[in-house]
Amino acid sequence: MTAPASTLTIDLVARFPGIVTADARPGFTGFIVEKDSLIQVATAIRDEFGFDLLTAVTGVDYFPENKMEVVYHAYRTTGGPGLTFKVQVPRVDPVEVPSLINLWSGVDFQEREAWDLLGIRFTGHPDLRRILMWEGFEGHPMRKDWKEGFYEEDTKPFKSRWPEGNFYMAEDKNPFKDNLTFPTNFDPEKWIPEGDALLYGSLARYTVKQEGGMSTDRIVINMGPHHPSTHGVFRAVMTLDGETIVGLKPVMGYLHRNHDKIGERNTYLQNMPFTDRLDYFNSMTNNFGYAITVEKLMKIPVAERAEYIRVIVSELSRIQNHLVFIGTLLNDLGAMYTPSLYAFEERELILDIFEAISGARMMCNYFRFGGVVRDIPDDVMQKIKDLVHDRLQAKTDELDSLLTENEVLVSRLKGVPMINAEDAIRYSVTGPVLRATGVPYDIRRADPYGIYDRFDFDVAVRHNGDLMDNYLIRIDEIRQSLRILEQAIKQIPQGPINSQKPAYQVRVPAGEAYGRIESPKGELGYYVVSNGKPNPWRYHVRPPSFVNVTALEKICIGTKIADFVALLAMLDMVMGECDR
Amino acid sequence: MYGLGILKGLKVTWDRFWETYTEDISWLLRGKKRYNTDEGIRHRSSKNQKGIFTVQYPEEKLILPEEARYIPFLVFNEHEDGKKEILCTSCGICAKVCPPQCIWIVRSNDPTTGRPIPEPTEFFIDADICMNCGFCAEYCPFDAIKMDHDFEIASYSRNVFNMEKLLKSESYYKSIRPENFAREEADRKAKEAAKAAKAQAASAAAPAAPAAS
Repeated sequence: MTAPASTLTIDLVARFPGIVTADARPGFTGFIVEKDSLIQVATAIRDEFGFDLLTAVTGVDYFPENKMEVVYHAYRTTGGPGLTFKVQVPRVDPVEVPSLINLWSGVDFQEREAWDLLGIRFTGHPDLRRILMWEGFEGHPMRKDWKEGFYEEDTKPFKSRWPEGNFYMAEDKNPFKDNLTFPTNFDPEKWIPEGDALLYGSLARYTVKQEGGMSTDRIVINMGPHHPSTHGVFRAVMTLDGETIVGLKPVMGYLHRNHDKIGERNTYLQNMPFTDRLDYFNSMTNNFGYAITVEKLMKIPVAERAEYIRVIVSELSRIQNHLVFIGTLLNDLGAMYTPSLYAFEERELILDIFEAISGARMMCNYFRFGGVVRDIPDDVMQKIKDLVHDRLQAKTDELDSLLTENEVLVSRLKGVPMINAEDAIRYSVTGPVLRATGVPYDIRRADPYGIYDRFDFDVAVRHNGDLMDNYLIRIDEIRQSLRILEQAIKQIPQGPINSQKPAYQVRVPAGEAYGRIESPKGELGYYVVSNGKPNPWRYHVRPPSFVNVTALEKICIGTKIADFVALLAMLDMVMGECDR
Repeated sequence: MYGLGILKGLKVTWDRFWETYTEDISWLLRGKKRYNTDEGIRHRSSKNQKGIFTVQYPEEKLILPEEARYIPFLVFNEHEDGKKEILCTSCGICAKVCPPQCIWIVRSNDPTTGRPIPEPTEFFIDADICMNCGFCAEYCPFDAIKMDHDFEIASYSRNVFNMEKLLKSESYYKSIRPENFAREEADRKAKEAAKAAKAQAASAAAPAAPAAS
């Protein structure tokens, strides 16, 4: 891969005079596109300028200006910085923006999310239903004028806590009285969710006419929400023709807690522990993504030693994530517990390190703006060295010899197609799943963040895109992470661990920032808009699990139902992050 | 040969199975106890661990590192006459930084002077809401609120901790976090020394007063 260009030299304004204007607001970048010409401009961005990967789509509610904005972040799979383009529409219902689903299929769920949470209607979207909130939910919760149940104040800290913090429980004060909006004429006793009809209706398009031979009925199967293979509460509604999947619709949102809304209520620092809870296996990388995004906004440097610590903890996190992945994959395939517990032993040792440096095993809350919270003490550093040099390498080999050649596993995985490179890019799939199709797209290389450009490592790539490759690439990545760790441990300098003074409230200048990292599951992006106040105006997470699931339908159609569990496991999704 | 991969895998599990017993025997021959001892538990969570990995909770408990954090508590100094000196000044920083807003502090004013009393009248932590992030302890300028190690607080009712439940002595804090305590103590001493030196320099002409601790 060629070295990514450091600056962006695309001039959309010159290409589309009168249609595209540069975003001139202080702190903002990118281009504002006229709504009616969006598809024309987006086609040019994809085909002429080569931005083939549209990673993030989200909306912003500029309530005081009475505007809604849709923000698109497009990247090239060959690497380099991205292109941000936006559409602004008046905030008058119906808020309508053309859908880009015919250009990038990966916008499917993200547009549905924007419709669900912000009420932006994407014209031309074939299946614009709610995705995270339940059917029959009234209103669009990410709008600034929407207030939730137990609403107290717009922003934290709440005034009732100090100096007269006489404790009360929210539900005592507010038992389903205020802030709870029912639709007019709503009777909970008689209500039948209309979403189900829409959901099953959306599957109807897969019905094809039977030509000759025996005609069979299609069967609709609901897998989940409480199915052990879904690793949480995820439901897949499938239409089957015999054993073959002919239609599939993922249903999610069972674990939805509106992380974005909580994030807009929090101060910048208060968001840090909340990001731990997204992908609860990788709180370190979640922290990393959020920290670099806010650092971009604040324009502050990161202490040198902290940069190395960040790399060390995120690579350790990647290793333990892939170990858990392999363990749970084998569980799903029926090799109950032995491989998964072997993998969990190594994970346990890594979590011990996390606990010693951050205080918690999983909810680490370890990163701060400008550095990290605590230095790695010498004895823990020694433990990391021992683990990297003496143990993890050997244990990866052991896991490899336990599983990789196992004939039962090989026959379950080898040659079962998952997705090809072209479709993976079209569906915005990132992470190991994309790399297993032969696209060497790793943000650590393609658009380096932190100090990843200083390390010598290979981007793990496999070329067949079948299940076996998806499994093997995780083992490759563990080995590459160990390579990075070896270098980082050797090079780590002494020094301060934070470039800033500890402050419980940070000053963030107005502007926007999209920060992204290569989390173990794919591209984890944060889009933060600041208006100079202590709380972010817009805080959006682009979770890799959620976007990768967009491709699930494409992946599964035509395969046997028996392979569904393996295909789903390969996406390595975590519902905490998917549903947010 | 078909089946070789399975056999190779089975060898791994067989080795693992045996290692538990060889380890047990080697500990026995060295006259050491592998189970129910700190040494044994420490060994089982080190890079040299072989064979069985599990720690039999609740008979055995993992050794918590010093930084382990769980539900905050308030630190008080115990004077010789039994009087508790609460370090908290009810400045409210912990309540402001708390991400789930689970800290509630009542600050009172002195009825005669009208100025705030530097000690909380009431202090609540809703432990059901607390997310154990540790911000309160991190940003407290008086080292008055610290994270605990006690993780066995499951109960049948709501856990709203008041002052009585939250207050723990400084010696307890010292026992769970010796290194942190030593560091903070050194910082405090250094600050006091600097203050004393400043006072000394200010009153250079006057006879130097002994540094008050």
